[in-house]
Amino acid sequence: MTLQFVLLVAAALFAIGIYGALSQQVVVMVMMGIELMINGVLLAGGALWWFLAPTPDGQTLLLVILAAMTVEMAMGFAVATVVHRSRNSDMTDSATDLAG
Amino acid sequence: MIVALIFWAFAALAVAGGIAVFVVNSMARATYALAVSFVAVGAMIVMLHLDYIGVITILMMLMEMAIMAVFMVMFMGMNPALMPMDMTHHKRRSVILAVVVFAVLVVAIFLIPWPARTGTPAADLTRSLGDAIMGTKMLVMLAISPVLFATIVAGLVLANPRGRYDRYGDQLDRRTTDGHPDPDDPVRGGIGR
Repeated sequence: MTLQFVLLVAAALFAIGIYGALSQQVVVMVMMGIELMINGVLLAGGALWWFLAPTPDGQTLLLVILAAMTVEMAMGFAVATVVHRSRNSDMTDSATDLAG
Repeated sequence: MIVALIFWAFAALAVAGGIAVFVVNSMARATYALAVSFVAVGAMIVMLHLDYIGVITILMMLMEMAIMAVFMVMFMGMNPALMPMDMTHHKRRSVILAVVVFAVLVVAIFLIPWPARTGTPAADLTRSLGDAIMGTKMLVMLAISPVLFATIVAGLVLANPRGRYDRYGDQLDRRTTDGHPDPDDPVRGGIGR
């Protein structure tokens, strides 16, 4: 159990999350990708905390990451609800109004 | 040795669960796969001596996955959420980007000269976190509080199908001749409708 190994796992989770967030069409599945990415960040944060500077400051940062996860989920579901209500669809392809 | 093996097992489970999310052909199965991945990561965080954060992660993510499954069935109906289907786009480009990001991160992980550990962990890490939150790091929590409150308000505003302006128009104190509120509701409710 080394810092590099844990960071490797975190990087794998982050990369899988990127794939999911970019490739999925259903809003809820896109959210799953983003969740995986944040989960990777959380794991990396935990590893950096333990292996480099195990002080309470790092734990507080991890709580902030958890809060970001919560906000992402709540706003994601709210936006998904609005899109579904207005477009009768939960696909990202039906909400491309702001696409360049 | 045993601890390292258990950690490896959780790591493999976390990555396998993450991959399974986008490989299984039903969204309900994807939700369970993500829950497995989250529990494995939570267990790894506990093994990094972050007991409180790890347990919170596991509890929060299990509840979140349950809510996610409910939303999935709500939006897509029972059958599409449980039936095999493939709803993806730009698959090839996404894979390439994910692999490139992973490669860059791996190179960085092994090339960065990580500094030596500074400081020693407190005897009771959960207590030290509590002391920090209620003491020197209270400002962080104070900053998070309005963000969470704003999220609740914004979530309700977005999810609410008919707000007071839909019901009353520009005149929010609109009343009937006998003094009762006079909303423009498709179906009137309340006592004496």
